[in-house]
Amino acid sequence: MAKVKGAIKVDVEKCKGCGLCVVACPSKVIDLAREVNGKGYNYAYMANPDACIGCANCAIVCPDSVIEVYKVKAEMA
Amino acid sequence: MSDIKDIIKDENLVYKKTKVLTDNVMHYCPGCSHGVVHKLVAEVIEEMGIQEKTIGISPVGCSVLAYNYLDIDWQEAAHGRAPALATAVNRLHPEKYVFTYQGDGDLASIGTAEIMHACNRGENIVVIFINNAIYGMTGGQMAPTTLEGMKTATSPYGRDIKLNGHPLIITELIAQLPGTSYVTRQAVHTPAAVRKCKKAIRKAFENIGQKKGTSFVEVVSTCNSGWKLSPVKSNEWMVENMFPVYKPGDLKDE
Ligand SMILES: Cc1ncc(C[n+]2csc(CCOP(=O)(O)OP(=O)(O)O)c2C)c(N)n1
Ligand code: SF4
Ligand code: SF4
Repeated sequence: MAKVKGAIKVDVEKCKGCGLCVVACPSKVIDLAREVNGKGYNYAYMANPDACIGCANCAIVCPDSVIEVYKVKAEMA
Repeated sequence: MSDIKDIIKDENLVYKKTKVLTDNVMHYCPGCSHGVVHKLVAEVIEEMGIQEKTIGISPVGCSVLAYNYLDIDWQEAAHGRAPALATAVNRLHPEKYVFTYQGDGDLASIGTAEIMHACNRGENIVVIFINNAIYGMTGGQMAPTTLEGMKTATSPYGRDIKLNGHPLIITELIAQLPGTSYVTRQAVHTPAAVRKCKKAIRKAFENIGQKKGTSFVEVVSTCNSGWKLSPVKSNEWMVENMFPVYKPGDLKDE
């Protein structure tokens, strides 16, 4: 059976930590990091990467277009 | 179970920033709706293949620097005068896709005359109207669009209708004008709303190609700095308080 697996890549230095992606994600993948980027923002990261389905909801709502989305169909063992 | 490194490969890419957006970091506050709408306009321009044919008119307001973020030709108008400048640009270059991008202070206050007459003349342009019910750039003063009872820097006890008049629901007035062919009110607070708003912007730009007159897309937006709420709370506040007055949906589609 094929299962969809996704992953996101966040441009950490451009992320402003607004948190809109956190609530847009249907799979509760994203959280804001405890660490900050060069501008002092708690940037978005995949706290729960295994749950990502590559739906791109996070990227679509991002005001600063800092999220890239990738998706594969993985075979389940 | 595949490893993240195996997923993040060029061949698996499903979404990335459009090339019509420049690599400049936007000056907007974290979570500001302006960034989302910029992206949608840029994506529509890319998908329609009209990057070389589009001329934007930027306003005065937080989005005054929009020309730094969309890699197209631009003109910068005096406060409220974007529709007048768009009229000139469109008449000199009728084959181009001309749009204005304006806040509610710009469009519904100082620029009320210009927008009304451009829409009434049916100029063949798109108007993107960002309604965040406040003057964002200058520090959150009351706008004509500010809701009854809404606190701003210049209405610290809330907007008082007796003193300040009613919120100006200008899009309903615009829809009455025979020069407009498509008038819609959208928002960008959820992934579904963003997708819908993009379709509306696309339709508006396609209308230019069909010489349909003025297409007007209001985006009910947040100004979380002016509203003094977090970006997420601002979206919730908008749904609860803005939507009952500024109702999302199409007002006119001819
Ligand atoms: C002729 C003139 N009057 C006043 C101003 C001051 N001013 C700059 S931006 C602005 C209001 C902007 O509000 P809005 O259009 O709602 O845009 P936002 O910043 O909220 O996106 C005002 C009054 C100006 N720049 N020029
Ligand atoms: S792509 Fe979808 S599932 Fe993955 S982090 Fe973004 S919103 Fe969540
Ligand atoms: S002041 Fe308001 S409208 Fe301006 S960038 Fe900040 S949040 Fe956006």
